[in-house]
Formats: sequence, C-alpha cells, structure tokens
Amino acid sequence: MAGLTLASPSAERRGYSPLRETWRRYRRHKPAVVSAVLLLLLIAAVVIGPFIWRVSISDIDVVAGLQGPSLAHPFGTDDLGQDLLARMIYGGRISLAVGLAAMLVSVFVGTLIGALAGMSRGALGYALMWLTDLFLSLPQLPLLLMLIYLFRDGLKAVFGPEGGIFILIVLVIGGLRWMPVARLVRAQFLSLREKEFVEAARALGASPVRQVVRHILPNALGPVIIAGTIDVAAAIIAESTLSFLGLGFPPDTPTWGRILYDAKDFLDIGPHWALFPGGAIFIAVVAINFIGDGLRDALDARKVI
Amino acid sequence: MALLDIKGLKTHFTTDAGILQAVDGVDISINRGETLCVVGESGCGKTVTAMSILKLIAMPPGKIVEGEIMFEGRDLVPLTSRELDDIRAKEIGFIFQEPMTSLNPVLTIGEQIAESLRRHEAVTKKQALERTIEMLKLVQIPNAAGRVHHYPHQFSGGMRQRVMIAMALACRPKLVIADEPTTALDVTIQAQILDLLQDMKERFGMAVMLITHAMGVVAETAQRVVVMYAGKVVEEAPVDELFGNPRHPYTQGLIRSIPRIDLDAEHKTRLEAIGGSVPILINPPVGCRFAPRCKHAMSICTQKEPRLREIAPGHRMACHLGDAS
Repeated sequence: MAGLTLASPSAERRGYSPLRETWRRYRRHKPAVVSAVLLLLLIAAVVIGPFIWRVSISDIDVVAGLQGPSLAHPFGTDDLGQDLLARMIYGGRISLAVGLAAMLVSVFVGTLIGALAGMSRGALGYALMWLTDLFLSLPQLPLLLMLIYLFRDGLKAVFGPEGGIFILIVLVIGGLRWMPVARLVRAQFLSLREKEFVEAARALGASPVRQVVRHILPNALGPVIIAGTIDVAAAIIAESTLSFLGLGFPPDTPTWGRILYDAKDFLDIGPHWALFPGGAIFIAVVAINFIGDGLRDALDARKVI
Repeated sequence: MALLDIKGLKTHFTTDAGILQAVDGVDISINRGETLCVVGESGCGKTVTAMSILKLIAMPPGKIVEGEIMFEGRDLVPLTSRELDDIRAKEIGFIFQEPMTSLNPVLTIGEQIAESLRRHEAVTKKQALERTIEMLKLVQIPNAAGRVHHYPHQFSGGMRQRVMIAMALACRPKLVIADEPTTALDVTIQAQILDLLQDMKERFGMAVMLITHAMGVVAETAQRVVVMYAGKVVEEAPVDELFGNPRHPYTQGLIRSIPRIDLDAEHKTRLEAIGGSVPILINPPVGCRFAPRCKHAMSICTQKEPRLREIAPGHRMACHLGDAS
C-alpha cells in the first residue's frame, strides 16, 4: 500500500480531522509559519498595545520634535513631538483593519461576479465581463475622489466621523479592486464547469448551487487566495494614498500610510519617522503574502506534502 | 411492466453545421434485475441515449425532440432538472467512463460518496460515514475505514472506478447505467470491475444498462443485447441468440471482428473489419444508414429505411435482408 504511506501517516495514527490535516500541511511551509507568527504579533501589538503603552497620540511637544528612538519615545517623535510608537499602534489598527476588510469586499464581489459570469452560458456572462472591463478601464483616482466627496458626509452622519470614513474607504477600495478576482474566477469556472466530476455530481442529484459551491468553487480557490493576499497589501497602500490626498481619515488620525507620507519631507533629518511605518507595512504585506502561499498549498489536496 | 421503457427517443444537437441527429428514434426497454448491454462503434449514440435518460446532456445544444422515457410508469422527459434530481442516484445510478477525472480532486472520496446519501436520504453525518465505509467494503477497498478520508489522487485507476461504483450504488438505485466503465482500465482490472458490477447487481437486485464497444464484455455479462448504429437500434436479442444467430450485417460484422486466438493462428485467417466509419449524423444517408458500408446492400437499402421488427421471440432487427429471405 504505497498510497497509504505516501498520504499522511499522522492522520492514520490519530484519527482524521480536516482541520488538523490542513494544519499539518500548513506547518510544512516554514515561511508561512513564521509569517503567521509575525502577523499575529502585529495584530496583538495593535490590539493590546494601547493598554500597555499609555502615551497619548496627540500630545504635542515641539521642543522634543524629530527625536530619534530613546527610552521615553522608543520609536522617536515626529516634527510636532508626538510619540511615534503610540501613533504606530493606533494607526496599525486602522491600516490592518482597512486592508483585511477591503480584501474581503473585493474577494467577495469578485468571486460572486466571476462565478456568475463563469456559469452563465448566455448574455449575462458577457454583460458581467463588459462591466468588469468597464471598471478596469475607469480612471480610479478621480472616481475615488468623487465617491468620497459624494458619500463622506452622509456616512459620517450615520456612523460617526471615523466609522463612516472606515466603511467608505473599505467599500471604495474593495469596490474598485474586485476585477482581477472576477476574471480569475471566471476563467477557472469556464474550465471547471465542463469537468467530468461536475457532471458526476449532477448525476448524483446535486442542484446547480451545490455543484458550484461544493464542487467548482473549492477547485478555483487557489488563485483567489493569492489574489486576496495581494489585495490586502494594495488596500493598505491605497488607504495611505487617500490619506495623503486628504480624503482618507482626518489628518490628525494616524494610519501607517499617513505617518509615512507625513515623514517624507523629513527623510534627511528624521529617517526613523519613515522607517517605522514603512517597515510595518512591509512586514504586514510580506507576511500576508506568505500566509496566502502556505494556505494555498495546505488547501490544495492534489499537492502531496 | 418493464422498469425502463424508452420509446422513439430522438435527441438532437444544434451545431453550426446543422442539426446533428445523435439519437434518432431509439426503443430500448430494461426489465427489473436484468443486464442489458448496448453495443456499437464510437459515435453511434450509445452514450447520448444513456445521458438522455437522466438529462445529463448539455441543453442547449442538445434537445430531446421526441419520444418518451418511462421509468416505473412515469415519463421522465417532461420533468425539470430539479425534479430529476430526486431520481438521479436515488432511482437511477450512473457510472462514468473516466474514473480519473470523474472524482472531484479536492474532496475526499468519503465526502463524495456520502454526498448522494445526504442528498437523498435523511441520514446524519455519522450514519452517512458508516454507510460510506460499508459501501467501500462492498466494493472491496481494503482498509475502508482509513481510506474513506483519502483524496482521489491517492487511488489507482481501478480503485477509483470502484469508488465510482460505490458512489453510484450508495442509495441502492433500481437501475444503474454504466457508460463504458472499463474502457479506461487495463484488462485484468476490467475483469475485476465487471465481476464487481455483477456481484453488486445480484446483491441489490438492480437492473444494469451497460454501454460498451467491447463484444467480449457483452458475451460475459449481458442477458440481452441492443446493437446501435448511427443513432438507431439495428438489432436486439438475448445474448446467446445474438452471438449464435446474428441477423443484421452490422452485428455480424461486429462479431466477426472479435479476434479469435483459438482459430486465427491455425487457419492463418485475417481478422475481418467493417470498412468505412460511422456517417456524420448531420443529413444522414437516406434509407438504411448502414447501407454505404454493407456488403449485402441492395437497391432498396438506399431508398427505404428498414423498420425494426420482431423476427423471432425476443429478437428484433432492422434490415431489408430479412424481408427477402
């Protein structure tokens, strides 16, 4: 029984659980494990951080401006003397949340549109792909600006200044980044829907929805996970662009992107100011990419690891 | 009453070149507990006939234009796909030709077998797993309790076909349609799979519709045989009668084209073949569709289409030759 030894000796011994099997496979991808630890540390830092590092983010002390890292200010201070560690922790909450939420929006919308287009054999599929191409060809920045101008005040009134902006930014960034996912999913669906195993599922009495959700979608997930991890990174960076243009969060609200842009004029005299947010964005993006890589390998049953 | 009674089935496909009459007036009936073989060359409509029963053909371009498919006295043709879902796997199981690609690579075989059980019967997850393991034991997969959690790529071709059989039979259907279940397998495994089918058939008392182009498989397993050519039934007879007294020139040709290791070596005879190939079924030839390839073709054959008629009890065929003799 060569197949038995090849498969998963551990699963044989301890009884089977899909979750445990996935974890076993995920552990084989060392960079992904390191990345998962890093990302968890980052998240823990921004969640618990404010309770440990109780310095205010907005205390101004111009005399102590642009200081390098010290015991009083581990990450140094900006030009107004505000503590960078406190601002990084606060900003990380927003940046990571925006990145993850915008990714979920774009993956959800993209998968939905791609799946509908991929399963349709008629006009709907073409119409949805025209829509996708239309969105791809739109000049995104002017559109972003217009959407934010149009809806900012309304959402602020309903969800409060920060909540409203958060929802708006997530929807706008996610809503303008679903197109590559939709194309990926559609392409996968077009080939998968003709596979014999889908026909076999039909012969077992599986409804069309079940054929899609249980048989086609899991087979199409690999590229979607990768696209999703790239989206997280892109969303963090897109948020910083918006903040820079004064259209994201209010200027006094720190986000990683905002801190980075504020720092760019002081690169020669206070390089630490840019290094910390830049490093944080870099670590988060690389970690998420590796996690996506590991997840794809762990979830792809065809790959023996 | 027959379990399945197909009458005058016509399944056509719309193509850019015209209407392709893949199945053009087929009558087939299967009794309870019977094994019926459908034989014929590639492209003569065997698979389309079988797929039409459960409407597994892509529609469009395919369409059942005429005929009825009576299953236990109920016509399946007017049913919607949703209504058919209750019959698929529960009443009529389907075994596909390609075991390598007919299993979903990202689901364990247990999940796939349990799927039809959970779809059609009110069983809990645990009961479904138990019945799945029991099915795997029945199809003789060693270490069934461990193997149930494995993925299709961890099985060989023959094992996968056993899994396919377990999937098709999990709900104990009354009829199993096997579309060339052994074509993709090597000879020793073929024999094992056919034995297994036979064994399961006897155990569950189900009827089997076996589609094949291997005459050896027919002789070994069938009780009754239907010979199809170019979308039509040309001859139908009990298996002994068909091999002992084939009447249609096409059937005779098929039987003569079986290699005989006992005779050929001694007599140094060449293996006979039927010249030519199946006509393309867009604007098929007028009259008998086999006439262009038939050694006995007469003038009437290219003018008038022969009707399927009974020439002996249980033996029907469609050829003008019978009229003359």
